[in-house]
Amino acid sequence: MRALFSRYPLLIILLLCGYAFLYLPIFSLIIYSFNESRLVTVWGGFSTKWYGELVNNAPLLNAAWLSIKIAALNATLAIVLGTFAALAIVRMRGTRGHKSLGIMVTAPLVMPEIIIGLSLLLLFVALEDLTGWPEGRGQITILIAHVTFSMAYVTVIVQSRLAHMDRSIEEAAMDLGARPLKVFFTITLPMIAPALAAGWLLAFTLSMDDLVIASFVSGPGATTLPMVVYSSVRLGVSPQINALATIMIAVVSLAVLIAAVIMYRQEAADQKRK
Amino acid sequence: MMMSLQRWLGANGQRLIVGIPWFWLALFFVLPFLFILKISLSEPQLAQPPYQDWIREFEDGLLTITLNFGNYLLLLEDDLYFSALMGSLSIAAVSTVICLLIGYPMAYAIALSPKHWRMPLLMLIILPFWTSFLIRVYAWIGILKDNGLLNQLLMGIGLIDEPLQMLHTPIAVYVGVVYSYLPFLVLPLYATLVRLDNTLLEAAADLGARPWRQFLTITLPQSIPGVMAGSMLVFIPVMGEFVIPDLLGGPDTLMIGKLMWTEFFSNKDWPVASSLAAILLLVLIIPFVVMRHYEQRANEEQG
Repeated sequence: MRALFSRYPLLIILLLCGYAFLYLPIFSLIIYSFNESRLVTVWGGFSTKWYGELVNNAPLLNAAWLSIKIAALNATLAIVLGTFAALAIVRMRGTRGHKSLGIMVTAPLVMPEIIIGLSLLLLFVALEDLTGWPEGRGQITILIAHVTFSMAYVTVIVQSRLAHMDRSIEEAAMDLGARPLKVFFTITLPMIAPALAAGWLLAFTLSMDDLVIASFVSGPGATTLPMVVYSSVRLGVSPQINALATIMIAVVSLAVLIAAVIMYRQEAADQKRK
Repeated sequence: MMMSLQRWLGANGQRLIVGIPWFWLALFFVLPFLFILKISLSEPQLAQPPYQDWIREFEDGLLTITLNFGNYLLLLEDDLYFSALMGSLSIAAVSTVICLLIGYPMAYAIALSPKHWRMPLLMLIILPFWTSFLIRVYAWIGILKDNGLLNQLLMGIGLIDEPLQMLHTPIAVYVGVVYSYLPFLVLPLYATLVRLDNTLLEAAADLGARPWRQFLTITLPQSIPGVMAGSMLVFIPVMGEFVIPDLLGGPDTLMIGKLMWTEFFSNKDWPVASSLAAILLLVLIIPFVVMRHYEQRANEEQG
């Protein structure tokens, strides 16, 4: 880094400014979550009272629990469908539908949420009209909507892992007489496991985070966490939301740290084996 | 070996692996677009659902099909919709350029850094993306409002005497968009820059080209696929953005996503909301094709 700094000082300064831009707003949220004063801009001393109020905020906690349930189910379904799609795209060229699957799976990555939300709502209304299913809208329709865009992200992650995977181990196992299904479960699956874990976590986060699509396809009785946060944020800055943000940031940072340590150890072990 | 898994699966098994995600996406991603088209051509009514079907059966058993182009005519006649489309286009285009100006040096610096630095530096770019989008936008309210952190800082150091209005202006929307979408641009750009062939740069350096000239004549042209793919990853979703203009923009910040939201949730006018969505989709086809093209080019160069 030092050598780099002497060669491209401007570049390093720009990089540091970029990180400051990315992180200062987050730090401001964390700091003001411990502010005694309700006014976000006046420092009234250190306090954890907003965390106490958060814990007693029943509607918010219910919404958080619902969001976690939907997110976990969504992530699980999304990695199954996403792995199928990734296998299909990387290893099944020439099968019917291969090319159209490739296009259909990239489009949700960039499609504006508002279009996905509105179009799915119209589909659900028409389906209910025709077949009686889904009866009204709620958790199931939110789940379907979330799986539809999350699986696209999972596909991209698993696809790149499959494409860069060393196939010689699979071939060796085959030569030694292992059956295809056994090879898949004992070799292929463990090798793409890090991608599956990353995909699961990403799908979970995407679902926890979605306001726009859920607002369209949700019904009475299914209020997710972002919907509660949004209606409270619309009314202005609220220290409780700062406290919630701090908790979420802490959980995410911890998860990323653990993942980084695991990956680092795995890499170190790989190096040793070589 | 996968050849053998495929042989074991047989043609039907393979068709199943392709078919399951295919049908899911066809049913829940592609088919819904047809409903947008259908509803955009129907007439609004005060009922649940708030639109009339095209096909109506009368008492004498006669079927009639009525297509209503009125929603599209309304979009053409009322300036509001055109300004919203233009507003979205200009905000998306300008913020994509700002993202590039901030993101390119960052991606380049990470690509040039020593190998063991790259992963942690990239992680630092991705980390904010994993925390709630809504909350990251919300953070800027506290910073930009009249008695917010930035105004206090500027007044504290004596640059201004009274607070500047930043929240509920276009500036706040640009800040929010660039802040939220920056990682989408840095990651693909990094992926392109880190793969670039360094021998050309070394040759140029040997021949006495200055660093700036090396960058402009060698690195920049080679990174165009990454620049284009990354830019579209920002431009396309920003075109339909609702949360950022709603929370940070003012009443005069017109964007098509915000307008669609109002038509749908406040005015309960599903047909007009659908025709806006149809037009937005039409506009987005070009950038989507551009993105696919450059992504494929980037992949080919990689493979």
